[in-house]
Amino acid sequence: MLDIRNLHASVDGKPILRGLDLHVGTGEVHAIMGPNGSGKSTLAQVLAGRDSFTVEDGSVSWDGVDLLAMPTEERARAGLFLAFQYPVEIPGVSNAYFLKAAVNAVRRHRGEPEYDAMDFLKRVKAEMKTVGMREEFLYRSVNEGFSGGEKKRNEVLQMALLEPRLAILDETDSGLDIDALRTVADGVNRLRSPERSMIVITHYQRLLDYIVPDHVHVLSRGRIVRSGGRELAHELEERGYGWIDEAQATPAAQGAAS
Amino acid sequence: MNAPTKPIEAFLEREYPAGFVTALEADALPKGLSEDVIRIISEKKGEPAWLLEWRLEAYRRWLTMTPPHWAQVSFPPIDYQDIVYYSAPKRKADAPKSLDEVDPELLRTYEKLGVPLHERARLAGVAVDAVFDSVSVATTFKKQLGEHGIIFCSFSEAVKEHPELVRQYLGTVVPQGDNFYAALNSAVFSDGSFVYIPKGVRCPMELSTYFRINARDTGQFERTLIIADEGATVSYLEGCTAPMRDENQLHAAVVELVALQGASIKYSTVQNWYPGDKDGKGGIYNFVTKRGDCRGARSHISWTQVETGSAITWKYPSVLLRGDDSVGEFYSVALTNHRQQADTGSKMIHMGRNTKSTIISKGISAGRGSNTFRGLVRVTPKAAGARNYTQCDSLLIGERCAAHTFPTIEVRHPSARVEHEATTSRIGEDQLFYAMQRGLTAEDAVSMIVSGFCKEVFKELPMEFAVEAQKLLGVSLEGSVG
Repeated sequence: MLDIRNLHASVDGKPILRGLDLHVGTGEVHAIMGPNGSGKSTLAQVLAGRDSFTVEDGSVSWDGVDLLAMPTEERARAGLFLAFQYPVEIPGVSNAYFLKAAVNAVRRHRGEPEYDAMDFLKRVKAEMKTVGMREEFLYRSVNEGFSGGEKKRNEVLQMALLEPRLAILDETDSGLDIDALRTVADGVNRLRSPERSMIVITHYQRLLDYIVPDHVHVLSRGRIVRSGGRELAHELEERGYGWIDEAQATPAAQGAAS
Repeated sequence: MNAPTKPIEAFLEREYPAGFVTALEADALPKGLSEDVIRIISEKKGEPAWLLEWRLEAYRRWLTMTPPHWAQVSFPPIDYQDIVYYSAPKRKADAPKSLDEVDPELLRTYEKLGVPLHERARLAGVAVDAVFDSVSVATTFKKQLGEHGIIFCSFSEAVKEHPELVRQYLGTVVPQGDNFYAALNSAVFSDGSFVYIPKGVRCPMELSTYFRINARDTGQFERTLIIADEGATVSYLEGCTAPMRDENQLHAAVVELVALQGASIKYSTVQNWYPGDKDGKGGIYNFVTKRGDCRGARSHISWTQVETGSAITWKYPSVLLRGDDSVGEFYSVALTNHRQQADTGSKMIHMGRNTKSTIISKGISAGRGSNTFRGLVRVTPKAAGARNYTQCDSLLIGERCAAHTFPTIEVRHPSARVEHEATTSRIGEDQLFYAMQRGLTAEDAVSMIVSGFCKEVFKELPMEFAVEAQKLLGVSLEGSVG
């Protein structure tokens, strides 16, 4: 359903993605691993439509539609969700107000009736329970003064409310202790479904013990350099990323370096 | 994908919807200012000798004064001989006695601005005085208000009908020589509104004045005087617009409020004078002196302003807290976009015992706008138990705007409690991207953030105007993010 071909993207003239190919089928969970600076977050942001990145070449087809031609908010309404590595604080805007506006924007797009305040509160309170968020977070400003774990929970909450077709989780494990990681992973696992695809971006294999992927890809210098099953993640855990970089730099020496 | 366009910068384009000109014949004086011009203005208005003398005295003071240079604004020097000091739409031989006699072109102008003067289409429960260039063209609901003994009329009419009241209070809050612009206004003021609420009367409806500058090269110098007698209560609102013109036009108004014992005055402003184009060409210079005098014990004066227009805004609605236990408040939202400059704030002068004041200022700067908060809280040696709370927040939209804060606090009584809080925040590309990734448009995201920012001030506006103000803010920022 998501078909990325030869994707090249740059920021301020500096190339980051250099010919990335990836195919994610409906209902599949793909993990993307890679060292810092390999382009993981850039991929997430380009797919979501951040305009500080320039797509230089390549195509992204999403259920037959040219994803790159769609404005950011249209992508979101059509069911693309990005769980941010660093969720943004919006002072002065209550979480409840923000969530309701977002959910209703998506519902309008789907031709579903908008929630009124009562319906929305009922729904959001139920979802908050499952991700372990206290009700007071509804009435605080979006992410303002939230701890790292609370911010990530708020991301999973939004994902649950917006019911995306394609969810991209950008380093959702970063900055979480093991308990918070487990809660967040549980929240994500509950949302796995045959209609929903996920791209899980992570630096560490730890997260993949909780969110078990169907496929694992290794990103290095802006390209997918290895793909495999979940055993690939374990291999990376044991050997680090060094061997991949070296293998890429000197293809002749492949296998020799360790 | 296209080359990245900076969404915030694109959003900072906007249209000024009130920028049209009404084709009306005007009875105007030639440009220039002299004692003769003042005599003619006074004569045209049929004023008594004492008022002419008062004007001339102000003029002579003005001649010795220099414009203030301390504000954080810049503009070329104004040639005061290049301004028309009096312009009135031409009318039939005698003044219109009812709205039916008002030039239909004028009525249409106000209708277009969303201020229907016809009582059939009137704003529910709001009495309006409409000031067009230098004169008041209509005042609604006069009769109903009269039944309560309330006087609500144009200033010129008040001079004719209630000279004793005007003479008793005029210049007692803002003296003729208070400052350069106030002195100029005192010399040449043309019209404005006059309100008197008798003892113990609670005004049954909102009173409002709608100021419109139409004529070219004309300055508007209105004078408003509101007196709330003992125990009286009134809520008053003013709105302002002007056509789009390439030249700068001067608006130098004076507003005086007097609250006697136990009286309460709430004064709200929605100021949307033409701000100039996006390169800073044209627009109104809004140099205004507004001051309230809590003359009696337990009196209460509250200023609320939403300032979105004008090329330059220079105004500091203030309260003199003379009466014991009196209360002064100032709530302000000031927005500057493109090349607009605002230097605004408040002065709270505590003189009575146990006086309280609150200053809440929200400055929003976008484009290349510059927004300055300037405040003074003074607690005099007699003001035992005085309390002030000041909160001053700035919101920046984009990378090229500026915000400044200049608070001054002078405390001369040991029992005073003065608090000051200030914050600065920015609407960043990351916030917009976050909101857009959740399905909201950039405009929705900005207006959500801006309304959240202004919440505390908007809740002070009369209901129907809070909605207006919110819309106005939306329009003012329209095109500032794309």
